[in-house]
Amino acid sequence: MIIIGAVLGALLTIAPGLIWLERRMLALWQDRYGPNRAGPFGLLVVLADTIKLFFKEDWIPPFADKFVFVIAPAIVAITVLMSFVVVPFAPGIVVSDLNVGILFFLAMSSMGAYSIILGGWASNNKYSLLGAMRGAAQLISYEVFMGLSLMGVVLMSGSFSLNDIVEAQRGMWYVVPQFFGFLMFFIAGVAETHRLPFDIPEAESELVAGFHSEYSGMKFGLFFVGEYLGITLISSVTVVLFFGGWLGPEFLPPVAWFALKTFGFIIFFILLRASLPRPRYDQLMEFGWKILFPLTLLNLVATATILLWLET
Amino acid sequence: MHLTFYVASAIAVLSTIMVITRYNLIHALLYLVVSFLAISIVFFVLGAPFVAALEIIVYAGAIVVLIIFVIMMLNLKAEAVEQEREWLTRKIFIGPALLSVVLLAELAYMILQSRTTDFNAPMLDAKAVGLSLYGPYVIGVELSGILLMAGIVGAYHLGRQKKKVVHRFLESTEE
Repeated sequence: MIIIGAVLGALLTIAPGLIWLERRMLALWQDRYGPNRAGPFGLLVVLADTIKLFFKEDWIPPFADKFVFVIAPAIVAITVLMSFVVVPFAPGIVVSDLNVGILFFLAMSSMGAYSIILGGWASNNKYSLLGAMRGAAQLISYEVFMGLSLMGVVLMSGSFSLNDIVEAQRGMWYVVPQFFGFLMFFIAGVAETHRLPFDIPEAESELVAGFHSEYSGMKFGLFFVGEYLGITLISSVTVVLFFGGWLGPEFLPPVAWFALKTFGFIIFFILLRASLPRPRYDQLMEFGWKILFPLTLLNLVATATILLWLET
Repeated sequence: MHLTFYVASAIAVLSTIMVITRYNLIHALLYLVVSFLAISIVFFVLGAPFVAALEIIVYAGAIVVLIIFVIMMLNLKAEAVEQEREWLTRKIFIGPALLSVVLLAELAYMILQSRTTDFNAPMLDAKAVGLSLYGPYVIGVELSGILLMAGIVGAYHLGRQKKKVVHRFLESTEE
């Protein structure tokens, strides 16, 4: 119970904190100041944003499908938070060490697609629907090789449990033998969280705000928080699967190593947004199915062959 | 554990009934997702965590998303709900109900004979599933592979098109 509370508390503070971090880092890379007025380093801008979101009018359009419109933003937050159940933060600090941990994570991230689809459909708005359709196609295609790219790690460690996978990396982090797996997983992860450069479902320069055009107040806030929780989730899963999780030299406690590595990936997510342009929708699908998917299959076959060869 | 099983099964049955009786297709599909989730919990309780996870990933995560995708493209509005309401009369339930009564009789017979498997079946993990798929059931794997291959070839044939000319200035150079 204590672990659940601690994890939930930490995540729900990190998510709004990331909004501040992203704005400051983007500003740094784009040679401007960013939010720096409210509080030290502009930290209180998070508080101001939250208060603004809570007090905004919570408007449900009369033409929307009310029931679906209301549950859609809840789904994204619930599925991402559920995924954190299987993430081991340090030895013993994990909510539940399921023996199908990776599959549980994949299942929950695939359920997250519903929030985009249902949100866009229920809004009953052309731009929202276009965003939802793009989102559905993007999430389904990138999910396929997100799962396949992880199977190399599963083959090497012989377990679906994230805890066992971290333990199996004591000799060498899996980023070395599974470098291609890591690249595919990270690209698929960016697409799954629909962050730039893969923010096709939102694409504010073409689709207003994509699938959440009609959302306001805390419903929009949930989509927003869900996105940042998603970034944290993909970063921490990458760290667990490819960068040795909480393993590290003795002078820092395991949780600190985990947090440091995760933080590095979060910064990388933000740097991606600051540096890469958005591809066109068909380019995105082509890149996924024609380049990444065959490469992932090759990686899987090669890993399996080498493992079998070493065994005999 | 028994209570989880019964609650999940009850939710599965109820949500499946809701799938059939909804007039709005998207609402029906949402109940279908709930039904899949409940069935996945049933698998989990019965000691098959791998199958439970695959149930969510494949059925709830991919197949229903694709169905919703198609329905969104069809752009069904209030008229479709009206039409569904006209179609879904009491009369069409007679046939399925009769067939279900036969199944119910069979089920009652089996329960009375008490030939049901118990809860304490051995744990069926990923390795066990893989061994049985590529051992005794390899013919099923091969057949579904052929079926999927046929599907891919068909989809390629339907989706194939000539290269489109993107601008009128380029039209003359294309030929």
